[in-house]
Amino acid sequence: MQKSVGPPKRDEAYNFAYLDEQTKRMVRRALLKAVAVPGYQVPFGSREMPLARGWGTGGIQVTASVIGPDDTLKVIDQGADDTTNAVSIRRFFARVAGVATTEATGEASIIQTRHRIPEAPLRAGQILVYQVPQPEPLRKLEPKEAETRKMHAWGDYGLMHVRLYEDIARFGRVATTYSYPVLVNGRYVMSPSPIPKFDNPKLGMCAALQLFGAGREKRIYAIPPWTEVKSLDFDDHPFEVQTWDEPCALCGAADSYLDEVITDDKGSRMFVCSDSHYCEERRAAGHVGRLLGSETGQKLTGGAKE
Amino acid sequence: MYVAVKGGEAAILATHDLVAETRRGDPAVPEIGTEQIREQLGLAVARVMNEGSLADSDLAALALKQAQGDAIEAAFLMRAYRTTLPRLGSSLPVDTSAMTVRRRVSATYKDLPGGQILGPTYDYTHRLFEFDLAGGEGRAPANVTPAEQPLDPRMPRVPDLLGDEGLMEPETPPNGDPKPFDLTRDPVEFPAERDVRLQALARGDEGFLLGLAYSVQRGFGGNHPFAGEIRLGEVAVEIVPEELGFAVDVGDLTLTECQMVNQFKGSKDVAPQFTRGYGLAFGHAERKAMAMSIVDRALKGRELGEAATYPAQQDEFVLYHSDNVEAAGFVEHLKLPHYVDFQGELELLRRLRKELEARIRREQDEASRPTANAKAGD
Repeated sequence: MQKSVGPPKRDEAYNFAYLDEQTKRMVRRALLKAVAVPGYQVPFGSREMPLARGWGTGGIQVTASVIGPDDTLKVIDQGADDTTNAVSIRRFFARVAGVATTEATGEASIIQTRHRIPEAPLRAGQILVYQVPQPEPLRKLEPKEAETRKMHAWGDYGLMHVRLYEDIARFGRVATTYSYPVLVNGRYVMSPSPIPKFDNPKLGMCAALQLFGAGREKRIYAIPPWTEVKSLDFDDHPFEVQTWDEPCALCGAADSYLDEVITDDKGSRMFVCSDSHYCEERRAAGHVGRLLGSETGQKLTGGAKE
Repeated sequence: MYVAVKGGEAAILATHDLVAETRRGDPAVPEIGTEQIREQLGLAVARVMNEGSLADSDLAALALKQAQGDAIEAAFLMRAYRTTLPRLGSSLPVDTSAMTVRRRVSATYKDLPGGQILGPTYDYTHRLFEFDLAGGEGRAPANVTPAEQPLDPRMPRVPDLLGDEGLMEPETPPNGDPKPFDLTRDPVEFPAERDVRLQALARGDEGFLLGLAYSVQRGFGGNHPFAGEIRLGEVAVEIVPEELGFAVDVGDLTLTECQMVNQFKGSKDVAPQFTRGYGLAFGHAERKAMAMSIVDRALKGRELGEAATYPAQQDEFVLYHSDNVEAAGFVEHLKLPHYVDFQGELELLRRLRKELEARIRREQDEASRPTANAKAGD
C-alpha cells in the first residue's frame, strides 16, 4: 500500500506554487501578524485562484505561501484524503509546486484541511492549514463587518453568550455542533471553521502551527503552537463533544469522529471513522471493527484484510 | 485505504473528458472559432471582459468557448488568469470627453452640442425574429452608408455642461490625488470609499446590479435618475513609462460610459444641485453602465448625508454580494461534501428528539399517577 507519492514534475508555466513572489510575501506578512495576535482576523489581499471561491481558495493561498519544494503535503476534506475536492487540491499543488504528497498524517509537513482536525496528535513543526468559508464568528449575529470589527476591538462578546444561553433556554443544551466558537489566548473569539465541536479540544495547546485562510472573505488568522483555546460555555453547562453509541465499524475506534454510511434503503447504517488515514492505520495495526468483513466494509476499505 | 482514492481521481479526470465532449456537441456541426465569437458575439465578450476585469477580447472569446457560453464561468477563467499577470504599470486616466464617439444619447436635452448619435442600438428594433439569420451562409452584408458629414469633434459630456453652470456637484480628486485603491490587490474595508465602490461595481454582476438599480427606481432607494448621457466609442490608453517620462499611446479601448443626473435638495451649507452617478464598462455594455451609475449614486448617500435604508444604499451589502465569481463559488461550494457537519446536526437532532419524547412520556406518566395514588388511598 503506497501512501506517499514522491515529488511529481512541476508545471513550469506557473511560478512555484502558482502565486507570484510578491503575493506570497503579502500573504506571509498577514500570517506573521496573525501569529502575533492569535485569533485576530487579519485582512489580506486575497487573490483570485483557479479554484472557485468557497472551494478552499483561502487555504490554498496560505499553503502556497508557506510551502517549499521539500515539503510533504497532505490534503483532507471531511477528514478523508479521497474526497473529490481534496483530490483536486492535492493535484493542483502536485502540478504547480511539484511537491511530494502523502496521506500519512505523521509524514506530512503541511496538512490542508476542510472541516476536520486529524485524530492523531500533530507534532511540532507541522502546519495545519484550514479552509475557512466564514471567518467571522459573530456574522450570524451581526451582518455588518464594520460592526463586528468594533465588537472584537472592544472584546464585546455579550451577543455570543446570549445566543448560547438562548440555545440552553430553548433546547436544554447549546445547539451548535460545528463552527463552535472559541476564545483564543483569552482575547479574541474565533471561528474554528466548520470543524465539528468534537475537534475543538484539539485546537488548544497544539504542538503544530494552525493557520486559517478565508479567501472569499479575505481574512487570515492563526493559532500559534501551545496557545490556550477555550470553547465558549457556562459554568453550569460545560462544553461537551459529540459521542456515539457504537465504535467505528471498520477499525473499532471508540475515540474518533464517526461518519454515518447508509448501507441499504431499509434504514440500515454503519458508523465509520471520518479520518480515513487514522482508520487505516488502526486496521493495519490489527484492530478489527464489527463490520470490516461485511460487503460494505470490504467496499469501503478496498478489500482490506480482516 | 479507501478504494475511492484512485476511483475519485479517475472519476475527476473523466469529468474533464465529458466536459470536452459536451462542449463540442454534435461533431457533424462545424466547430465555432474564437474569432467568430469575438466578432459575432461581441456583447457577450464585453460582459466577460467586464466581470472578468480584463480587457482582452481574444481571451474573453476563448473563455466563452471554453465555458460553453456560461458568462460567469468565463469571467472566472479571466479572473484566474489575470491574477498571474505582473503589473507593468498604470495607465493615465482615460479621457472620455475625447472619445471617438459611435453612439451618444442624452435624455436630459433635446439637442446639445455634438447632437444625439444613435449608433448601433437595439433600442428601436422590434424584438421580432430575423429568421434569415438562422440561414447562415450567403447573406448580403449589412447596408451601411457613411454619413456625409463627419461627427462634430466637440462632444462635451452633459455633466460638464451642467457643471459649468454650477448645477452639478463637482467631482474632483481627493486631497493630494492619491493612487486609487486596488480592489484586486488589497482587501476592502468598510465604509468603502468611492474608488473602491466604482471598482467593485465595474466588475459586479450585470444581473445583480440591474436588479439593485431597478429597486432604486421602484422606491427602494429614493433617487430619481435622469440619463444625462450615455456614450459609446473608442478612447486612447496612454501610459508613462518611467524611463521615458512622457505619455505613450498603447492602443484604444472600446468603452461605454453613463452619467446619471440626480436631484439633491441641498443642505444647510450646500446649495441645491444635481448629483451624479457614474458608470463605465468595457465594450458596448449599456445596461451594465446604466445600472452601475444608478447604484453608484445610491451608494453616495453616506457622503451626502442620506439615510442608508435600502440594500442599494448599503456599501457592505452591494460590494460583498455583487461579485458573481465569488458568489457563484460560495453558492456552488454547497456541492462539496458536508457530511462531517451534517453528522453533527444529525446527532443533535436525534438527541433533542429523544429528550423531547422522554419528557412527554414522563409528563404523561405523571398525569396518570394521581389516579393510581387515589386507588392506592382507597
